[in-house]
Amino acid sequence: MLEVTNLHVYYGAIHALHGVNFQVNAGEIVSLIGANGAGKTTILHTLSALIKPKEGKISFLGSPITASSPEKIVKAGLVQVPEGRRVFANLTVRDNLILGAYTRKDTAGVAHDLDSVFGRFPRLRERSRQVAGTLSGGEQQMLAIGRALMTRPKLLLLDEPSMGLAPLLVREIFNIITEINREGTTVLLVEQNAHMALGISNRAYVLETGRFVLQGKAGELAKSDEVRKAYLGG
Amino acid sequence: MKNLRSTLLIFVVAALGFGALQALIVAEILDDYTLQILCVAGINVLMALSLNLISGFTGQLALGHAGFMAVGAYTTGVLLVHAHWLLFPALVAGGLMTALFGLLIGIPTLRLRGDYLAIVTLGFGEIIRVAINNFDEILRWAFNSPDMVGWTGGPTGLSGIPGYATNIMVNNPAAFLWIYPIVVLSVVLVMNLIRSSHGRALVAIREDEISAQAMGINLFGMKLTSFTISAFLAGLGGALYAPFIGYLSPPGFDFLRSVFFVIIVVLGGMGSITGTVIAGIGLTFLQEFLRTSAKDAGNGLVVLIQQNLFPSTISAGAWSVDLVPLSQVLFGLILILLMIFRPGGLMGTRELPLTRWLTTPWWRKKELLP
Ligand SMILES: Nc1ncnc2c1ncn2[C@@H]1O[C@H](COP(=O)(O)OP(=O)(O)OP(=O)(O)O)[C@@H](O)[C@H]1O
Ligand SMILES: [Mg+2]
Repeated sequence: MLEVTNLHVYYGAIHALHGVNFQVNAGEIVSLIGANGAGKTTILHTLSALIKPKEGKISFLGSPITASSPEKIVKAGLVQVPEGRRVFANLTVRDNLILGAYTRKDTAGVAHDLDSVFGRFPRLRERSRQVAGTLSGGEQQMLAIGRALMTRPKLLLLDEPSMGLAPLLVREIFNIITEINREGTTVLLVEQNAHMALGISNRAYVLETGRFVLQGKAGELAKSDEVRKAYLGG
Repeated sequence: MKNLRSTLLIFVVAALGFGALQALIVAEILDDYTLQILCVAGINVLMALSLNLISGFTGQLALGHAGFMAVGAYTTGVLLVHAHWLLFPALVAGGLMTALFGLLIGIPTLRLRGDYLAIVTLGFGEIIRVAINNFDEILRWAFNSPDMVGWTGGPTGLSGIPGYATNIMVNNPAAFLWIYPIVVLSVVLVMNLIRSSHGRALVAIREDEISAQAMGINLFGMKLTSFTISAFLAGLGGALYAPFIGYLSPPGFDFLRSVFFVIIVVLGGMGSITGTVIAGIGLTFLQEFLRTSAKDAGNGLVVLIQQNLFPSTISAGAWSVDLVPLSQVLFGLILILLMIFRPGGLMGTRELPLTRWLTTPWWRKKELLP
């Protein structure tokens, strides 16, 4: 579904990604794991064309998107939930979700999806007229996910959805991610919480300062010594 | 449906207001001077509306709206004076020419992040006055004819602009007939734009550019559209101003005037159209009041003090004081106080729930409260 080859990204003189290769197959949950500053967000931003790579190729559903624009990529079905949620703070919950459907013209489908997002996150329905900035961190994460679902993504990119949440909420969010995946959306998950991420993923890649150092089946990586030492606390 | 209803409602209210004002004019209760200030208020509302669209709703600070106003005013003025255009096409041309300037400024700057637009529009506001000052000289040089009649009048200004009425004595009522409906139409246009999905996209850009892009909003395209519409409206404001005032000169479009529009928007609430309308009318009248009444009020006060506390000095002559220079200080003071007590502006990002007030019977209003 997604094929990334030899991706090099620079911020000015800083070489942030040193030739990254990976792929995501339809139906999978794939995790990218790495410490702060490893380059995880950079990968997602490059996939969404928010950053232009210096070198490399990205193809999505069989067509190259490296030179594409952010809005075309969203329309094609590659959508991200940005790091730190970034909800539209002064807009209501409902308006946030409706903005998720900005690229869509099928009014009936949008109404249906709005209802199913509210069904998935009942707390958002209760707060649909509340201003998004006043939601709790967990509710904002739900809103950010719901907003992305309103675009009808084929591949959903999630950037550290567990960041700053209590363990119970993290579990809830991860359950929801699994559910979304089971209903047919492919997921690329970026996480520092390796334990949880590996628990729900099919495969994973471990990123260190702009390079993949390990990759494989999630279950095997969880057992490997390197991962246990570096990311799972022994 | 809801939008249509509120749009119709605004038109009805506007028409009633218009009828009432016309009745006051005919009955000569509304004097010519008040009418003149009302026209200025209308133009100020239009200018602030334009600024609110790009800065309040889209979140891109623009600091050169007086420059846009100058482009619109001079375009219309020159067309009326030198090309003898009819009023309506000259007004439209003023708006369109300014929209073109907006495009030309927007294309290189809106791709850049951050506050570049503020700096570039600020520069534009200054450059445009220099350009108008030297326009005629450049024209003569370009056409290589030193005796050519100029267009803008340079530093002497452009005078003899035909008014809204042929008889200059009734120019203000005639101007009002044009300005009022055009301002109402512009308000309704912007209001409907903001409530559309494109308008929501503009607000999304203001709120968070990364998220807006992640939702498939074309950042540059939407910013440019917003800025161009904003420039058009500001140009229209200038266009309406030219035949109203009859004489244009570059210093009238200085930075302070741009700041005045920013003040209206901030005071009314960045992202509130009703706030802009209220603040636009209110500040125009306040400024006018301070300018004209400060002298009388100051003198009255001083004379009162003299008569009551220092009666012996009266024989030496009545005291007098000129408070006019102080009026700007007073104006600033009032603004500071307002911002202390209402930091988000009068309205914040809210609107007056006009539709609900007028369409819900009073006995049901209580039930509707949350
Ligand atoms: N806009 C930028 N300008 C310059 N350098 C940047 C920029 N954004 C990121 N970087 C650098 O690129 C590297 C990778 O950053 P990135 O945000 O992708 O890390 P990350 O893996 O997402 O980290 P975290 O887990 O903290 O979110 C870091 O060294 C960072 O300092
Ligand atoms: Mg990151």
